[in-house]
Amino acid sequence: MADIRAAPHEILLPVKAGFIVVTLVAALFANLLPWSGWLLWLKPDFVALIVLYWCIEEPRRIGFIAAWLLGLFMDVADGALFGQHALSYTILAYAGIVLHRRVRMFSGTPQVLHVILLLLLNDLIVLAIRAAAGADFPGFQYFIGSFVAGALWPLLGTLLRLPQRPRPDPYHAG
Amino acid sequence: MEHQAPPFFKTGPTPLARLLIFSALSAALLVADARFSFLIPLRQVAAAIVYPLQRIAAAPASIVQRIGDFFATHSSLREENARLAQENFSSTARLQQLNALAAENAQLRALIAARERLEVKALAAEVLYTARDPFSRKVIIDKGLRDDVKAGQAVVDDRGVVGQVTRIYPWHSEVTLITDKGQLVPVQNLRNGLRAVLAGTGNDGALELRFVPLNADFQNEDALVTSGIDGIYPPGLPVARVTHVERNAAQLFARITCTPVAGVASHTQLLVVTESRELPPRPADEPRQPRARKPRKG
Repeated sequence: MADIRAAPHEILLPVKAGFIVVTLVAALFANLLPWSGWLLWLKPDFVALIVLYWCIEEPRRIGFIAAWLLGLFMDVADGALFGQHALSYTILAYAGIVLHRRVRMFSGTPQVLHVILLLLLNDLIVLAIRAAAGADFPGFQYFIGSFVAGALWPLLGTLLRLPQRPRPDPYHAG
Repeated sequence: MEHQAPPFFKTGPTPLARLLIFSALSAALLVADARFSFLIPLRQVAAAIVYPLQRIAAAPASIVQRIGDFFATHSSLREENARLAQENFSSTARLQQLNALAAENAQLRALIAARERLEVKALAAEVLYTARDPFSRKVIIDKGLRDDVKAGQAVVDDRGVVGQVTRIYPWHSEVTLITDKGQLVPVQNLRNGLRAVLAGTGNDGALELRFVPLNADFQNEDALVTSGIDGIYPPGLPVARVTHVERNAAQLFARITCTPVAGVASHTQLLVVTESRELPPRPADEPRQPRARKPRKG
């Protein structure tokens, strides 16, 4: 499936499986950094962001199992209810896989808006689970992270597409 | 640009089916975790997998802190040294008094044949990080099963009670802070010995006393210490200070707001305290007896 949106003049190499794994582990690592105070509110959920990115870009390569396992790890690391992130990432992955053609049709701001909506859905699922378990609403700053993640999306796309750039052919004249 | 041709006939379950399968699995985990506790082994395994990553992620902050320590200036070190010497001096004097008082207390207790207060054992621990969960107040400390930490132990800092160990993993454990919503600490008013239950509200720096009658003698600036009647917290540890008392005759109970004494949100060094009192066995629950029939009149 050609990526007609990002760089129409460019034909990208296929993504290596190892690279996907590395980015997912890096996202988990970024989430585990000791964030605190107002940085914690600004912090986007990197795992959700990367899972969504790969579900949209490579829906055949990554899917529910990775999203679910990463969710479990996040739950353990946060000491949260077991399964809340697993459930929200699973639904996020589903939304990404089902909507990947639609999201890829757009570029720039409309695409970012799609991403923000999907990430807010992810937040809402976690919120609903916690509310059912008896927690209070933590305030609207809870949703800031998803908007920050949306702002990071174009940059993320550029970065994650770099390794797929074909090397310049040394035998190519000119 | 598809390099591997997608298989035409064998693509596995549809996304919707997969969604349903994994959602059901997550929902089962959620219910199992919220209602029962047989997921502990699974949690331990997942925790052991994530732990190295957690340690590495926590490393930059502690390295920065260590570098800061290394470059501490001469004057600040001297200042600190002078302050510590002063503190040491005053606490030595008080300790001598305390020794005399302890001896006297032991003698008096022996006279009335009361059980002696046992020594409290403490284990120093460091906060790895604060849980990144906006719904709860928890910290992760670097002592776990290997260091003989047990669930339920009290955690204190140099000023007072911080929280309670709630989950243990092989190398680290989870401490629920007293400010977490629904976290309870049985306390006693130091001024008059009134007992009450202190509950977290979910906000940093705000606790409330629950179920205190309107006429109970609580005033602003009253110090609250652990009462120790729960058998979990050692008695006499400072917990909180009353900041606001509101008595409204329209309500059953007084609204009493307190702030924690310990730096609940701002500490890095903690002590895990072991209570080693010999408690009498818990009385068995009496079986409910069917209500006797009212004798009929007439």
